[in-house]
Amino acid sequence: MTAQAFPSPFAAAVSAAAAHWRPGLVADRHSEIFAPAAEASGAGMALSLALDGLRASGLAEGRRAILWVQDRNAIRLGGRPCRAGLPAELRARLIHVAAQTPEDALFALEEGLRCRELACVIGELTGNPKALGLTASRRLSLAAERHGVPLFLIRLDARRDLSSARMRWEVHSSTSPPRRWNPAAPGTPSWRAELFRARGYRQGEWILHDDGTRLVAGPSQGAAADHGDLAAVPGDRSLAAL
Amino acid sequence: MAIWLPCLAIDRWRHSERCKAGEGADAAPLALIAETAHGPRIEAVNAAALAVGIRLGMLLADARSIHPRLAVRPADPEGDRAFLERLALWAQRWGPWSGMDAPDGLLVDVTAVAHLFGGEAAMLEEAQACMAARGLAARVAIAPTAGAAWALVHCARRRPILRSGEEALLDPLPVAGLRLAPEVLLVLRRLGLKRIGDLRGIGRDALQRRFRNRRDPAANPLIRLDQLLGLAAEPLLPVVAEEVPLAQRRLLEPIRHRELLDVVVADLAGDMARLLEGRGSGARRLELGLWRVDGDVAVRPLEFAAATRDPAHIARLFAAKLDDLDAGFGIELVRLRAPWCEALTIEQTDIETVETEGTTLAACIDRLTVRLGEAAVRRPVSHPSHIPERAQRWRPPLEVRASQEELAFNDRPLKLLDKPEEIAVLYATPDGTPQRFRWRGAVHDIVRAEGPERIAPEWWRERSTVRLRDYYRIEDDEGRRYWIWRHGLFGDGRGGDPQWFLQGLFA
Repeated sequence: MTAQAFPSPFAAAVSAAAAHWRPGLVADRHSEIFAPAAEASGAGMALSLALDGLRASGLAEGRRAILWVQDRNAIRLGGRPCRAGLPAELRARLIHVAAQTPEDALFALEEGLRCRELACVIGELTGNPKALGLTASRRLSLAAERHGVPLFLIRLDARRDLSSARMRWEVHSSTSPPRRWNPAAPGTPSWRAELFRARGYRQGEWILHDDGTRLVAGPSQGAAADHGDLAAVPGDRSLAAL
Repeated sequence: MAIWLPCLAIDRWRHSERCKAGEGADAAPLALIAETAHGPRIEAVNAAALAVGIRLGMLLADARSIHPRLAVRPADPEGDRAFLERLALWAQRWGPWSGMDAPDGLLVDVTAVAHLFGGEAAMLEEAQACMAARGLAARVAIAPTAGAAWALVHCARRRPILRSGEEALLDPLPVAGLRLAPEVLLVLRRLGLKRIGDLRGIGRDALQRRFRNRRDPAANPLIRLDQLLGLAAEPLLPVVAEEVPLAQRRLLEPIRHRELLDVVVADLAGDMARLLEGRGSGARRLELGLWRVDGDVAVRPLEFAAATRDPAHIARLFAAKLDDLDAGFGIELVRLRAPWCEALTIEQTDIETVETEGTTLAACIDRLTVRLGEAAVRRPVSHPSHIPERAQRWRPPLEVRASQEELAFNDRPLKLLDKPEEIAVLYATPDGTPQRFRWRGAVHDIVRAEGPERIAPEWWRERSTVRLRDYYRIEDDEGRRYWIWRHGLFGDGRGGDPQWFLQGLFA
């Protein structure tokens, strides 16, 4: 359901007016992240986007809890969060919910979105469960927007089905930048992220990583660079610096 | 005043059988037994069994050889203790303060009280009569200290009243009246000290030298002697009745329909909220009891993550608990109790703040736990261990615990698998870095690796055959990052060739 699927003059006008996404913006309330279950790129990307949004709204240093809901298959395939591996700001703030079924997970997500004391809600669902139709997705969007709690829903091994999410990402792991002191070691986690549907933003593909203080977006070498009126080659600077 | 119930267990059993002493089921020899590692052991016997020669502490097999037709019932120590607790509260009719002397005694403080009952002798008579009316065999005694009263009630043949200044009268009592542990009594008997007077005769310094490193009063006769004579303070734990907030509705017509029951529960929640507000507390646990017309009782407990007295929240959570309720011919009495309360100050709402939408965190946790269960909603906390799966534990989400900053020596993965999965790895033996591995049917070529990080087994906890782990952080050709470990070394004598496991996924 991209804007290019409707080549009408109106859609073209919307597309031309749409801004480019860049890190550091206050995130939309409901984002979906499609990721393979055999890697933790979805969870890492969701945490980075959440942290990016919290930093933009000045809540990163607060003590408000974050809720992480997983269904049983997500726990079986990808494991549970490890406290020592979480970003330092979120380590003491995590509340984990292990739901048995997708229905229970959706219930927990909605209850979390209604809670005014949560900083954000992260959900992890496997596949395309019947319970997560357009109606359920719309309920989540409305709850998130009404109560102002951002939701990052990670869809493991899922098809791109109908959804009312405001931003939809497809994420894969990407080769990490070499470490300064040990080039043979894996470096900072980075992801190849494709924004394939967004309200108010153009589509695009980036290589993202979190350098500990902010989310950094670099160009993706595979994608046809569509940077509009920006400089064609940002070099090794991030798009945020432009 | 000390009260001793020498055959509390048998008296309770007789009460449950509704028979008097020596009649009915009590006429035949009977024993109460407890299961032990060596077989059933006799905990209490009735008078008929005592007469045929059956004693406490015998094994049931030995008792059966003495009297083959011995009847047995299981003993109920928890029930006895609960009964004793209720009895301690009841015994506050003789004094403002009472304590339990487990397993079968009570202590009541009757200082300056006796004249209300017509003197100490009259008071003892009344206590004896009250206990007899309840069907309890009891011995009572009054003395200036708890220790002296205990000695009198357990060991003295006559003389239930001891006045201050008459401590010399305790001298002929056996040393068992000092509330000492059996092994200390054995030591004293071997030393030839059989009576309390013998202890007072040999001088304090000798006793002090013999028992100098015994701090426990039950193991040190000198401390017990001082407590007996009132020279050392003896703090006792009183039994205090605590009133449980309770709201109930007796219904004119038994209700059979859910909508009406919801209304009743909402009313009760409102009543409970008013009660709790008056006490300045909030409920952590609530119990909703539903009495049916046919006498059946259904109890629905509910626990909260934080103290609350919000009627709408309470009613909403109970609504989820009442879905599987069978009303039968109707419910005629609904009762709400709050057995666990915590202080919750009364909050004044600020007129200037706008009514914020959404729920509080505690309410959100409550809703989640009611539907998903206690174990589903938890928070990871760090635990002192090097083994990764032991280095974190899961605790209730709102529990406040002091925690230490963790040591950030090495990177840990974002997610840990519940059960590490075995993988097939190609590597340069004996201990080279891994080159390629197969996991869940897919082959991954390892491009970059860091390690090993060696984590040795916790020898103080595990057996000596547990193997060490060499952890590697790896990245494959598509950029996927994992945490894998080699289990053991070649030739470490703790098993065959090393296996490999995948435990964690980096972001």
